[in-house]
Amino acid sequence: MLFWQILIDGFAISSLYALGATGFALIFGVSGVLNLSHGALMVTAVVAAWAAGNDLHAGPYSGAALGVAVGFGVSLLTYFLIVRPLQQSRKIREEEKEIFILTATLLWGIMIQELIAYLYTNNAKTVAPIVEGVVSIVGVRTPANEIFTAIVCWLVIAVLWLLVNRTRAGKAVLAASMNPRGVTLLGIELSQIYVAVWAIYGVLVGIAGVLLGMFLGVSSYSVGPLTASAFSIVVLGGLGSVSGALIAAYVVGYLETMTAYLISPAYRTIPALLLLIAVMYVRPRGLLGRR
Amino acid sequence: MRWRWQRSATRKPNEPIKIGVIAEAQSVAGSSIPQAAQLAADEINASGGVNGRKIEIVSYDDHSTAPEAVRAFQRAVNEDHVNAVIASYISEVVLALEPWTGRLKTVMVTPGAASDVITENIAKDYNHLKYTFHGYLTSTSLAEQVCAAAKDLLVTGLKMKTAVVMSEDAAWTTPLDAEYLKCLPEIGLKVLDHIRMSPDTTDFTPIFNKIEGEKPDVMVTGISHVGVQPTVQWKQQEVPIPMIGVASQATNSSFWADTNGATEGVMYQGVSGPGVAVTSKTLPFVAAFEKRFGNTPSYCGYTAYDEVYYIADAIKRAGSNDPDKLVDALEKTNYVGTVGTVQFTGKDSPSPHALKIGAGAIAGLMLQWQDGKQVNVWPADLAKGKLKFPKFIKVGSAD
Repeated sequence: MLFWQILIDGFAISSLYALGATGFALIFGVSGVLNLSHGALMVTAVVAAWAAGNDLHAGPYSGAALGVAVGFGVSLLTYFLIVRPLQQSRKIREEEKEIFILTATLLWGIMIQELIAYLYTNNAKTVAPIVEGVVSIVGVRTPANEIFTAIVCWLVIAVLWLLVNRTRAGKAVLAASMNPRGVTLLGIELSQIYVAVWAIYGVLVGIAGVLLGMFLGVSSYSVGPLTASAFSIVVLGGLGSVSGALIAAYVVGYLETMTAYLISPAYRTIPALLLLIAVMYVRPRGLLGRR
Repeated sequence: MRWRWQRSATRKPNEPIKIGVIAEAQSVAGSSIPQAAQLAADEINASGGVNGRKIEIVSYDDHSTAPEAVRAFQRAVNEDHVNAVIASYISEVVLALEPWTGRLKTVMVTPGAASDVITENIAKDYNHLKYTFHGYLTSTSLAEQVCAAAKDLLVTGLKMKTAVVMSEDAAWTTPLDAEYLKCLPEIGLKVLDHIRMSPDTTDFTPIFNKIEGEKPDVMVTGISHVGVQPTVQWKQQEVPIPMIGVASQATNSSFWADTNGATEGVMYQGVSGPGVAVTSKTLPFVAAFEKRFGNTPSYCGYTAYDEVYYIADAIKRAGSNDPDKLVDALEKTNYVGTVGTVQFTGKDSPSPHALKIGAGAIAGLMLQWQDGKQVNVWPADLAKGKLKFPKFIKVGSAD
């Protein structure tokens, strides 16, 4: 019984982690940007979907759609307002740009967090679920919403895979992650690829946020922990490797769920962080890292 | 520091009475504190002030952190020369401020913190810490009120026999849980388990699972830092066990929207509730607050509003700004406020400067969320409805 419980709960939470971390890994893989405003963007999507339901009286579908749209918009805003000016700046030395972008996205995330707390308080918010009720799977009473979450996550990841591997634009993105110089030699504008990647990332972050809002709920306090969990999953998987991030998401998700059930929910995140440190020692490039 | 308060004690008689308000503006509970205090001050000023002296509220946002609260307190006393401070609803913050009330000899009343340690500290070092007043119920009092309500509603009414205590790990719940573990068996509810969870918990599935496996008739809660997430997950997972207890976030009128209605059926202790005329002052206060701020006050709004009135009254009776005289006057407070009659326990009590509870003082309520409304269900003479649970709750059939 407990085994099935862990298997089912762990799968749902891991799928959500996978979706959240995929976008994060994609951005890093293609443009070398570690976006520390990741958690803030997710929370923005949740609060937008929540506000749509409560202030604008939108239904669950339109509320969720608005949340994703806002996630998309804020992602592009982050790129054009924060990341791009720094990438193109002539005043900052090339080798220092990464650290500048790291700091800028961190501060941007804190600004968003404070703004959300100011406008909507720091109480947790949840998004009205699209599917309600419970389903019994091998005797485990599972919220239908949990199954819905896992399915949507995998559909989105599958679409992303097709997009990257089967379309011309996607192949250009993939190529840019392997060899940015080579791509520019082929006559493809690198900045256009960056815009495309941030747009894809925006959709992913919006969907992941809204699903998280339906599943567990978030508050402005969640900004830091969400960024940290995406960051550790991506480091564990290998920086820039999307498939590594997927595997790492399941490792972390199941490790956390097992800890919560078998030891105590209070220690939920600790073993995953210990594992991360161990990986740093033994295999610094992560599970499937290339760098 | 000494000369500062002495200087303020010899102020001219027509100078305003300054009351500092330290609270977190970004939280639902905290935002009501400066608003309610300002409302009270404006009402007092509109009717002529205190012997011609106007009340002035000086607000500080402490983001509910102890260091920022201490800095705000120091600034309030040393720079802004306040006569008294109304501070925070977080026990950890109030406990950090408590020694400063002695060091700076300035009266502080908390509108919402609950830990019994606040008054226990006063008992240990009365001469130094007598400037602190506990303007909200202690955790022990909160637990006693929950037990009293549970006895009538659940044990007598629904023949319940067993309970699991589920609280967040925080300063205020240590004495709360201790009292739960003592009073629940006394009213006839056997405690099957006692779970303390981290306030950082986001996924409550494992906790609900464990509790469900123990088959209690009811879960008795102590939650304040968390609220939305366990409530939403309780509904989403259709955990068939009702929840009763202290759930601070559920006291807010916005809780229905925050949980998308998942709070249906949740029972929580309160000192006030919509439409419940605890005293003749309750409903006029709520109406005035709603008219001015567009939302209903949080539980600390009621107490903060009363505190401005009884601090003003005590300054009037003390006849000066002298903090020691103010302490003497506050100890003699007998003020009918919005949540009941405010009286403090005396110097010789094991918990000096705590609010007296029970009939004739502050009796407390038990409310339940029903169809988007907070309905008072206890005590019987103030009840506006009967208990009602969502379909997934199986009352009395857990074993």
